[in-house]
Amino acid sequence: MIRSHVLICAGTGCTSSGSIAVSDALEKELAAKGLTDEIKIVKTGCFGLCALGPVMIIYPEGTFYSRVTAEDIPEIVEEHLLKGRLVERLVYNETDHELAEGETVALADTRFYKKQKRVALRNCGVIDPENIDEYIGTGGYEALGKVLTEMKPQDVIDTILASGLRGRGGGGFPTGRKWQFAADQVNDTKYVVCNADEGDPGAFMDRSILEGDPHAVLEAMAIAGYAIGAHQGYIYIRAEYPIAVNRLEVAINQAREYGLLGKNIFDTGFDFDIEIRLGAGAFVCGEETALLTSIEGNRGEPRPRPPFPAVKGLFGKPTIINNVETYANIAQIILNGPEWLASMGTEKSKGTKVFALGGKIHNTGLVEIPMGTTLREVVEDIGGGVPNGKKFKAAQTGGPSGGCIPASLIDTPIDYDNLIAIGSMMGSGGLIVMDEDTCMVDLAKFFLEFTVDESCGKCTPCRVGTKRLLEILEKITSGNGTMEDIDRLEELSEYIKSASLCGLGQTAPNPVLSTLRYFRDEYIAHVKDKKCPAGVCKKLLSYKIVEDKCKGCTACARVCPVGAISGSVKQPHVIDTSKCIKCGACMEKCKFGAIIKE
Amino acid sequence: MKSLAELAAIREKMKDKVSMREGSNDIRIVVGMATCGIAAGARPVLNAFVEQVSKEGLTDTVTVSQTGCIGICQSEPVVEVYKAGEDKVTYVHMTPEKVAKIIEQHIKGGKVVSEYALKEN
Repeated sequence: MIRSHVLICAGTGCTSSGSIAVSDALEKELAAKGLTDEIKIVKTGCFGLCALGPVMIIYPEGTFYSRVTAEDIPEIVEEHLLKGRLVERLVYNETDHELAEGETVALADTRFYKKQKRVALRNCGVIDPENIDEYIGTGGYEALGKVLTEMKPQDVIDTILASGLRGRGGGGFPTGRKWQFAADQVNDTKYVVCNADEGDPGAFMDRSILEGDPHAVLEAMAIAGYAIGAHQGYIYIRAEYPIAVNRLEVAINQAREYGLLGKNIFDTGFDFDIEIRLGAGAFVCGEETALLTSIEGNRGEPRPRPPFPAVKGLFGKPTIINNVETYANIAQIILNGPEWLASMGTEKSKGTKVFALGGKIHNTGLVEIPMGTTLREVVEDIGGGVPNGKKFKAAQTGGPSGGCIPASLIDTPIDYDNLIAIGSMMGSGGLIVMDEDTCMVDLAKFFLEFTVDESCGKCTPCRVGTKRLLEILEKITSGNGTMEDIDRLEELSEYIKSASLCGLGQTAPNPVLSTLRYFRDEYIAHVKDKKCPAGVCKKLLSYKIVEDKCKGCTACARVCPVGAISGSVKQPHVIDTSKCIKCGACMEKCKFGAIIKE
Repeated sequence: MKSLAELAAIREKMKDKVSMREGSNDIRIVVGMATCGIAAGARPVLNAFVEQVSKEGLTDTVTVSQTGCIGICQSEPVVEVYKAGEDKVTYVHMTPEKVAKIIEQHIKGGKVVSEYALKEN
């Protein structure tokens, strides 16, 4: 008889920090102690707190252990599982108040989880994603059953419309309307497609959902198929997500075995099946028309819209294409009713949104918040603030298609329309936090390098325009920019935005425009003063030794890889700037703070 | 899967297993599992509680877990029962055989099994 469940995160984050070794060690230790029949190990999807991985939760107590290694396992088994005592040094209990000695805190009350609301991530870190019975145990496939036996296709669409759900892939188009367009088309063959080609640097929401709760996506696609009259679905996922691909394959096979995919589901005469298509990792294939072209077996390039995919999509047939996170909301809307989703969020953005929190932030990981939560709550409360006492400078949302939100707008409630109004966008949900050491011109350059690489080349404004933009940024960061260059950046950005064929090009200049909007003075400092205020752009930096502070310990001279530092023992040293490669090694080494960059 | 009934059957079967992860219930049965408790035979007691709770279909309302030394080692195995809004009850010198009665009379019936309970002195 099982008396305790040990849930170990087997998502990509924790897997790479060693959770599989932890799980193996636990299995061995349980066998050695004769506890195999009493304690069950469950490998789950992402818990969200990736920075503290590998993480595990032990139920029924609900104790959350972080940074667990295989060496900790004998202690956890002996103390916690056998004797019921907490292994306090491993317990995660960061809260907003000081804990009294011996006081513990429920996981839901920790700072990281307190303001979160898990809808799309409901089962992530709770069930074993490779066991369909566990999904069914939490109410899985009941929504599909309800839809097929009690609702007409139009009822399903009306429910989704009434919930106010908008596409979670970034654009924010109302999901119900998309379904309605496809349903209104008269055609024997229609398709349902899931966009799992998550390409923004730093974003991993979709991957985590597929790794932690793959059946939620399968169930939602079947519901969508019923609503629009389709019998075949495709999941387009990038091959760089091997764990997610594997779990999807397992899930599809289990669902087929149970007859939840395939012919005559629930004996209602409804047929629906799903196949996986692997993408080779081109950013442009996240754009819907390019994605469909790629599924058809062609080179992933976009085509003009209209016709929209809902009218003429995959293989020329009416097709709906939704993002993974959008699908993860569907079954719960059917079961809990549209009012339930509509009760969360803001007036025009309902429900929750998952963000991949990264960059200069204490708690890197995956968070799900109700729409309308402010950026400050996300960064300071959930994220635990900027580490090392640095100041928050800006946050980038929407990756290379989005823009930055400066510190002055940190109290902006996050929803689709607010983010657009301040020159950024929701995007698929990457949220990168930057501190005062980030140069905003360099940041824009980073994203432009990405879009230049990823531009498919089909249309000229994007292919050539982004390249030219990048060249101007390189000119500015190397100290050769002029004030005219800044104007040219803006002008060219507008051309690219208005003339590009697809979303990639239309949004590629956003990082440039938004950093110009909020951090123009940094661009001007690069151009006029030939200085990088954040001290990032190497060509504008020089390292210097402050004479009075230097004790002549020779540490810097010894660490310098190019021999640019000279001086005799106990005498102030000097850096030869013509030899210096600005690696910063000397500054790190100096114990007296005598080396500065300016 | 030909019917909703089949789906419901799987859900029912899995409910016990997954419900453990939904957080604490109103009733908590805590078994002292420090060295003293284990030496006196607390593990068979713990397992008996887990089994009995499941057999009686009480997993939705009752959580069985362990704790460390309660401090009355001479009375081990010790089991404490917490019910929301009621005083804690401590059972001492527990054996697996006593478990069924505690579940029946105290957990389900609401009447403390006073012959097993710790007597104040």
